[in-house]
Amino acid sequence: MSDTRNIAVVVNGKSYERTVDTRRTLGDFLRLDLGLTGTHFGCEHGACGACTVRVDGIAVRSCLMLAVQANEKSVQTVEDLAKGDSLSPLQQSFHDRHALQCGFCTPGILMTMTEFLEENPAPSEAEVRDALSGNICRCTGYQNIVDAVLLAADTMRKTQDAV
Amino acid sequence: MSETSFGASPKRKEDPDLLTGRGRFVDDIVLPDMYAAAFVRSPLAHARIKSIDTKAALAMPGVHAVISYHDLPATLRKRRLPLFVPHPTLTPRMQNALAKEEVCYVGEPVAVVVADNRYLAEDALQLVDVDYEPLAAVSDCKAGARPDAPRAHLDLESNIASRMLSSVGDIEGAFRDAEHVFREEIFQHRGGAFFMECRGVIANYDVAEGALLIYVSSQGAHRIKRALLDLFDLSDTQVRVVTPDVGGGFGPKGSFYAEYAVIAACAMMLGHPVKWIEDRRENFVATHQERDQYWDVEIAVDDAARIRGLRGTLTHDNGAYTPWGIVLPWISVATVPGPYVVPAYHLEMRSVLTNKVMATPVRGAGRPEGVVVMERLMDRVAREFKLDPAEVRRRNFIQPSQMPYNVGVVFRDGRKVVYDSGDYPACQAAALQTIDYDTFRKRQAEARQQGRYIGIGIGNAVEGTGLGPYEGAAVKVATNGRITVSTGATPQGQSHKTTLAQIAADQFGVPIDAIRVETGDTSKISQGIGTFAARTAVNAGSSVHLASVKVAAKAKAIAAKLLDVREEDLELRDGYVQLAAIPGSSGAASDNARQMRKSLAELAVVAAGMPGFAMQDGAEPGLESTAYFTATQSTYANGTAVVEVEVDIETGRVTILRLILTHDCGRLINPMVVDGQVMGGVAHAIGNALFERMLFDDQAQPLSTNFGEYLLPLATDVPRIEIVHQETPSPLNPLGIKGAGESGTIPTIAPIVAAVEDALSPFGVKILETPITPQRIVELLGDAALGRTR
Amino acid sequence: MKPAHFTYHDPAAIADVLALLGEHEDSRLLAGGQSLMPMMNFRFVQPAHLIDLNRVKELGFIRADADTLAFGAMTRQRQIQRDASIRQSCPIMIEALSHVGHRQTRARGTIGGSISHFDPSAELCNMAVLHDAQFVLARKGSRRTLGFDQFARGYMSTAIEPDEMLQEIHLHRWAKPQGFAFEEFAMRHGDFAICAVSCLVTLSGSGAIDALAIAISGVAPIPQRLRNFETAARGQMPDHTLYREAALQAAAIEAMSDAYTTADYRRHLARVLTYRAVEKAAARFKSQGMT
Repeated sequence: MSDTRNIAVVVNGKSYERTVDTRRTLGDFLRLDLGLTGTHFGCEHGACGACTVRVDGIAVRSCLMLAVQANEKSVQTVEDLAKGDSLSPLQQSFHDRHALQCGFCTPGILMTMTEFLEENPAPSEAEVRDALSGNICRCTGYQNIVDAVLLAADTMRKTQDAV
Repeated sequence: MSETSFGASPKRKEDPDLLTGRGRFVDDIVLPDMYAAAFVRSPLAHARIKSIDTKAALAMPGVHAVISYHDLPATLRKRRLPLFVPHPTLTPRMQNALAKEEVCYVGEPVAVVVADNRYLAEDALQLVDVDYEPLAAVSDCKAGARPDAPRAHLDLESNIASRMLSSVGDIEGAFRDAEHVFREEIFQHRGGAFFMECRGVIANYDVAEGALLIYVSSQGAHRIKRALLDLFDLSDTQVRVVTPDVGGGFGPKGSFYAEYAVIAACAMMLGHPVKWIEDRRENFVATHQERDQYWDVEIAVDDAARIRGLRGTLTHDNGAYTPWGIVLPWISVATVPGPYVVPAYHLEMRSVLTNKVMATPVRGAGRPEGVVVMERLMDRVAREFKLDPAEVRRRNFIQPSQMPYNVGVVFRDGRKVVYDSGDYPACQAAALQTIDYDTFRKRQAEARQQGRYIGIGIGNAVEGTGLGPYEGAAVKVATNGRITVSTGATPQGQSHKTTLAQIAADQFGVPIDAIRVETGDTSKISQGIGTFAARTAVNAGSSVHLASVKVAAKAKAIAAKLLDVREEDLELRDGYVQLAAIPGSSGAASDNARQMRKSLAELAVVAAGMPGFAMQDGAEPGLESTAYFTATQSTYANGTAVVEVEVDIETGRVTILRLILTHDCGRLINPMVVDGQVMGGVAHAIGNALFERMLFDDQAQPLSTNFGEYLLPLATDVPRIEIVHQETPSPLNPLGIKGAGESGTIPTIAPIVAAVEDALSPFGVKILETPITPQRIVELLGDAALGRTR
Repeated sequence: MKPAHFTYHDPAAIADVLALLGEHEDSRLLAGGQSLMPMMNFRFVQPAHLIDLNRVKELGFIRADADTLAFGAMTRQRQIQRDASIRQSCPIMIEALSHVGHRQTRARGTIGGSISHFDPSAELCNMAVLHDAQFVLARKGSRRTLGFDQFARGYMSTAIEPDEMLQEIHLHRWAKPQGFAFEEFAMRHGDFAICAVSCLVTLSGSGAIDALAIAISGVAPIPQRLRNFETAARGQMPDHTLYREAALQAAAIEAMSDAYTTADYRRHLARVLTYRAVEKAAARFKSQGMT
């Protein structure tokens, strides 16, 4: 009864070829087929942002995409942000600013805000909050997350300037 | 290295895994040959089950079982879910693991489908055919309390599950002679916790060992285990409950749910691990919520606006069953007096069964509701007397010199509410100073000149924290020198692994990374309660401290014998017990000191004993100690929230301009963690005050069933929060700490509502409900809301 | 919340889409997925066939002609938001889009998907009625173009037949200079508008109204224009009296009611937001040249 397709997708720089049910969501493909459980489901109806990943560099809700739609595309998840033991500037600033408590919403926020900072290297607090508005956090009250994003922007600009 | 860790804000040990996607939440756990479950749930709030036809579902390929009540093992059919908090006034009503003949709320589990994966399980759900006969449902709790109301359960004589009276002083006298009496009716709407990680459980039954292993997203692994022992009659060592990383709890994950029993039974019956992960649709109907509450209260004051007495009634929506007894409304009632002198208090509470999902503690656990009631009354007094609301409160504060202060009300811990410490006037004063309260009326007048409406509100709260009975810690130095702390505390973001490590680290003189903290695993410590109600710092923190002190002392004792020195001259540092540095010594003296040390590993080996040799002095083996700090009573934290808002009178939109929280939770283990908890709690308060409405129709059918309808605050809704700390150490535990987990929420709902009312005072608007929505504000404003379009 | 089974199709050309639509009655078109996928995850819809449009490149384009702004139905909201020619010629569209969901929504959401779904609260539906949109519908072997009033049938209901797809949306392009305003009330940033009022205006040399368009969404089951008022307003001076009159007209439109929001409140918002929108649009026109 099930409808399947073969897909070829690059995830975190690694190529995969799999046969998937066409109704399998991208988020489930990452979690179940590839064992990349860093991406979380918080609502499965496009409201909370916990499942955010980057597809061809663009931050999208993986609960609202099908795995088959990632065919011939490149997907990045939270597992790809750190380089070995080195956290990304945003991850490091989350650590420095206590921008996570339970950590469940964190991967989705990291993916969203990593994209945001690439496009907005010197954002205002209002712009950060606007960009963050598609990700729900129930633990932090957002303030430390905002501060962490601003800190990361600062850090990355300084690194740029130093270059 | 090693400076004092207590009071510092080291970065969290939890972070590296969580930041890199290596967290381990229940749904991340995969066991071999694991099945997936999905629940058939009642679509009706009240109905009789006439028949359940599972044939088509069972026939579906990939489906392994479809189980309803009659298929459950006998042990689950001859008993209901256990009640852990009985009360003499409570007529309990507990659930069956699956509905037997009658369903009493939308979302009640009726049957479970077990299949190869969740996709297939949901396919099979659609094939299960349940024939329901609808019955009249109780929706509103006030209506449900009337004698002619339909019964929430068919066999009930009354929907009132409990009537409880809290009485202090001479209430008749207080009101008889009162110069002024003011009455208010206040409604506080249903809402939920809405953690980001939905509930979930995995059960694995090892037939050969007769061992049941449960992974569950909970707030207390031991309490989950206790319920399973009750239900399945297994031996203590046959049940292990593990709570891995938890994506938020806020109260409802502290309950034992029917699904956990059913999934355990499935694993036992099918011989495969079975996983059930709640999806958000289920979460809206099957996870416990909080409130409605109807308050009808009167306050009696003298000519100087001092409280003589407070009396009234609370009608509380309990939902369909009573898993938490009357804890929730009781806390609300006990919280009302707050930081004020209330010489006489008389509050009648009725907890009413309705055909909605159960109401159990959600962040604040009924305390915010009590604060809303008292603070609305204080604002009423201020308005009637044309006094500054801050002044009215000043006139009524319990003074620091009156500590410890016996409020007279009995709290849920069975004891009288006795505030142990706190400086309420100073707390309010600090908040008012920070927000520049003295200039507010001038700013308000200027704003009105410009057609802008700003307002200010104050909320004071006293919160019982560090609730008993205990939370233990087992501190152990292994024979290789590694230090472990095991506790029944079960965190959902509260940073226990860091804060408890800080406390132990101070005794061992090591960095926090040298301490491994294990939480929420019943196999690692015998007794436990869990993390809720702002109790862990006090209980587990104290236990970690006491146990670490004991282990350190034992290490010193052994070292002293081995080194032939006095215990008092020794210190623990960086994994050694050594002679404490003599100030100013160096060179040969300090070299010598370095020889005079023993590693913790060596000491642990000695403590472990050697085969064939007697233990020295009959000492107990092991370099370990387990402590169960027992609080004699709750220790009372306090806080003041002051909020400034602007109201757009044409649309009703409320914008929070400033939000100050002055907060006293005694000594702080980790200030960064406390601030994080406070800010998170404030966001919950904002949601409760302005956004969150869980709607049901008059047949108790939930109308709020997704995040587009039930609104949680976003980053654009929560302002910057200014926190001011005060520190009145608790006299009730060795570290002087009080709880902080709910302190952002508890004082903060009332002042948001008050500020809106204050902004609209030119229009005579009174706000006696939460949440207060833009639509409601426009309704209350009437023609004034037409603004320039009038 | 997993979708039910379907047979998946991912055609690469419009002709293939139309052939599939003609062949399979129980089918749904998958555009950005931001509205359809939640419904499928909830199993509110369970189509036997899912026709994925995301490979059909020819459906994604933006074209600014002299009188028209043309959009392929699969043009991403994010792309429109960042398009220089739209920013230049139709700044109100950019402003409206800033209210559409969140960045993740706009990354996948499409103009055609939003308009086909036809939620009366959708900002893009407001833009469509404001700009006298023409909709190009295609079925196997034929195309037709409908104006807004023919296209809009009712609450979340359009004239798109089961074997048809929305292929292009053409908006009437307003000449510059233009004054514009987009006033939205939603409970939270990114939520569907409980009420949104958009306004385009040009003033003559004397400062009187030359052309005016006001669109109200979120209130009635179909987004509304205030055409009678727009006509009557020509030649009038934009002032408090005019704004108030516009507001009163707005308050008279049909309004929906649901468990959360009353008809009265919707009409009230229409009233106050219309005042603000017209006032702001006129002020913006007057300040042209200051970006």
